[in-house]
Amino acid sequence: MAEKIGVYVCHCGSNIADAVDVESVAEFAATLPGVIVSRHDRFMCAQPGQELIETDLREQGLTRVVVAACTPQLHELTFRRACSRAGLNPYLLEMANIREQCSWVTLDRTAATEKAKALVAGAVRRVTYQQPLEPHHVPIHPRTLVVGGGIAGIQAALELADAGYPVTLVEREPSIGGHMAQLDKTFPTLDCSACILTPKMMAVGQHPNIQLLSYSEVESVSGYVGNFVVKIRSKARYVVAEKCTGCEICQQKCPVWVEDRVFGAGLGFRKAIYSPFAQAVPRTPVIDRENCVYFQRGKCKACEIFCPTGAIAWEQEDEFLDIEVGNIILATGYRLFDPRRIPQYGYGRLENVFTSLEFERLCSAAGPTGGRIVLRDGMTQPQRVAIVHCVGSRDRNYNAYCSDVCCMYSLKFAHLVHERLPEAEVYNFYIDIRSSRKGYEEFYHRLLDEGTHFIRGKVARISDVAETPEEEGCLIVEAEDTLIGRQRRVPVDMVVLSCGLEPQADAREMARRFGISCGQNGFFIERHPKLDPIATTTDGVFIAGACQGPQDIQSAVAQGAAAAARVAGLISRGEVELEPVLATVDEAACNGCAECLSVCPYSAIELLEDRDKAHVIAALCKGCGVCVAACLPKAISFSHYSDAQLVAQVKGLLNV
Amino acid sequence: MTYAFFPGCSLAHTASAYADSIRLVAERLGLDLREIDDWNCCGATAYFASDLLAAHALVARNLALVDGDLDQVVSPCSLCYVNLRRTQQLLDAGETLGNQVQDALAAGGLGYRPGRLSVRHLLDVVVNDTGLDRIVSEVVRPLYGLRVAPYYGCLTVRPGTGFDDPEQPASLDQLLQSLGAEVVDFSLKADCCGGHMSVVSAEVAYSLLRRLLQNATEQGADLIVTACPMCQLNLDAYQHRVNRHFGTDFRMPVIFFTQAIGLALGLSAEALGIGKEIVPASPVLEERWSGEAPAPERAGRARHRRRGTRLPTPGAEGVSDG
Repeated sequence: MAEKIGVYVCHCGSNIADAVDVESVAEFAATLPGVIVSRHDRFMCAQPGQELIETDLREQGLTRVVVAACTPQLHELTFRRACSRAGLNPYLLEMANIREQCSWVTLDRTAATEKAKALVAGAVRRVTYQQPLEPHHVPIHPRTLVVGGGIAGIQAALELADAGYPVTLVEREPSIGGHMAQLDKTFPTLDCSACILTPKMMAVGQHPNIQLLSYSEVESVSGYVGNFVVKIRSKARYVVAEKCTGCEICQQKCPVWVEDRVFGAGLGFRKAIYSPFAQAVPRTPVIDRENCVYFQRGKCKACEIFCPTGAIAWEQEDEFLDIEVGNIILATGYRLFDPRRIPQYGYGRLENVFTSLEFERLCSAAGPTGGRIVLRDGMTQPQRVAIVHCVGSRDRNYNAYCSDVCCMYSLKFAHLVHERLPEAEVYNFYIDIRSSRKGYEEFYHRLLDEGTHFIRGKVARISDVAETPEEEGCLIVEAEDTLIGRQRRVPVDMVVLSCGLEPQADAREMARRFGISCGQNGFFIERHPKLDPIATTTDGVFIAGACQGPQDIQSAVAQGAAAAARVAGLISRGEVELEPVLATVDEAACNGCAECLSVCPYSAIELLEDRDKAHVIAALCKGCGVCVAACLPKAISFSHYSDAQLVAQVKGLLNV
Repeated sequence: MTYAFFPGCSLAHTASAYADSIRLVAERLGLDLREIDDWNCCGATAYFASDLLAAHALVARNLALVDGDLDQVVSPCSLCYVNLRRTQQLLDAGETLGNQVQDALAAGGLGYRPGRLSVRHLLDVVVNDTGLDRIVSEVVRPLYGLRVAPYYGCLTVRPGTGFDDPEQPASLDQLLQSLGAEVVDFSLKADCCGGHMSVVSAEVAYSLLRRLLQNATEQGADLIVTACPMCQLNLDAYQHRVNRHFGTDFRMPVIFFTQAIGLALGLSAEALGIGKEIVPASPVLEERWSGEAPAPERAGRARHRRRGTRLPTPGAEGVSDG
């Protein structure tokens, strides 16, 4: 049967029509074999444009459609739906991209018009060989895995659990809470961070729909959207959660003090058996094997002796759980930039240089000083405090990107110093103040009124080498003040380094484990930076919070909720529809060489052991075609991208 | 290993002690340094500021004169090192100015094949090629008892694509430690000595020199050890003028790192050029250089102990985080 093809050339307003003579392209298309209708329209994607196609399909009995317009990434779905509505299988549509690949990149109108004609000819020749296809449907397991118990992960877990869906929340530390639990106040409202966080933490701990696995890590992931199997290692706490009442007697009796380098940011101490903070969820403490006297020297057992419920279990071992989930939300957060990488800032050498997280703990009422801002000696109140912005951020030597939160937390720090040490002078050394969200700029103005000295200049060095008597015994902050065009040396007692946010040290390994990717800076890559910041290129794997890029609490909460909404939408549908554009193996031709297994970037091919033949797992196949090219016996074919289709398209392009 | 050696003008005159000690130490350590035949001045700072093409051509002539069998040029002078590297990188990049320099070489019957040479600082070669292990194995009289301030100056490690960190270099520290000296925390170790400012604008140089001398003195250094003839000259020859200008009383000997190596290798101080410096090093050497190993520091500071109200200080590595 001869095909009846309709061709529709779009002007895209002036986007295409300015560079391409669309009328002559449409006239040319009408001369191509099989084309019985050829039209052009100002906006094919608009309602009238789509109706044009539908009417022709119904009235002229078209069997194939070609739309010459923008990239199929934007409107292929629009035109496929138009075809469907008029009864044509949507895979019998082909698009010729005469905008991104032609009008926008070709200056000469004649050349652009010729190129558009070639692209249309290729599409017309190809569409003849296209086959009707039907999408696949796979069921979705209702449980969701959330990795990371910071604020983004907490929010995602609560949204889903409140909607009635089961959630497994995995956190690597003994308690959920993440970085937000370490903070004293939040900008710009100066809410007590713990006070607004702990109710959410409690809700997670008590929620009937949430399985909380703290002190646990994801070991491996297999499966695909709707049907993942996740192996989780639950590390031995040496404390039986069901028996422990969280009375803390074990922590009081334990004789070993350990510097708390995680929750305490290195500024406080904890015991060898510990729960990181008073409001920890769960309350069950863990024994830090490395520092426990019993584990190291074979005697002590103070915790066991005093535990009123007999909850200590020395023989406990790591446990492994296999959990089936339909979707995964990664909310693994960030790591603070290590300022030792900028040796001229003296961190680690000059004792009164602090990191921002150290300063948060210093300000916290639950911190080592009970919220008193003091020098490293634990007693002296500083009279002059310098806050250095952009440490490790906006600096091509370290990270070129802006860490988003540092300006605002630096302003918050300045406020806290003014509040607690009214006599103290505060100097903020900044490049630009970035305060672009609701209430942020107002907060900056508040600090200007409070008398903070704002010095616009990147700090060159923090020195302990005095040049004048006034500088003796001080830390001297050296910077170029770019507003007055002079070098300045500002003697202070305390320096706070506003360190930037970096990806977690194991972000790349995590990305590999979950089949997603990291960008140049190491943060997880979203499917689309503008229009799909929550999804990844792997179906069923979503990202939320600072693992996607530096962001503040409100954004992390918004992303956590957004990821949960996306997942809830998928679960409520009960199944996912998968593009039928995928590889299939002709078993008769397959020789079982397994070359396709090694090249498939999505691990979508398995070897059927009973008959030594490759098999494509439809739900995992992304239709990239790598296996098709790699298959020597040509046993793998590719629906919607068959050899016949591609050869026809090339012939059309080359007019041969 | 054999290197082409570019001594630079200073070594023939103000830094003859550097030249003497390099010769002796290189011999002992098996470093084959072959002086480039008929080399000329690198142009120092002035020429590059006034005429780029001529300045590069002047340096390029030295690169073109390097023996065809050798692929590395070593300079003991930090300024020569920077200039040689700058021209080498220009020629290797092969852009307009580099091509003009090539034309200038060709006019003199010379040529340089881009990519043929790498330019090294002597400190880099000694620490990274000869290696600390080799040097330690030759040490006969460790520098025990001496407290030294390692001084790199501003050019040895800048611009920061060289062999050590541009802000907090460590190679000279490690070298001196392995010789047995106690290295003080000299935070200005990569700051400027004033360079030619001592001639052009003396007061600027004096205040820069004073900072260095003050910091080294406050840190308890017995002497400053440097890897640059300009730095040594400024700190040594202008020290009395600094004292006169500021009413200070610095008496800080400044020696070259090759002299320090030579002393530890048991070479004669006189042959190493000790005594040619203006602020004499010999009183300090006689008084402080004990030859006795210091008592080892008590190992394994208990990091778990709480000390009153004191807050813990950050560890050597790994930022504390959640």
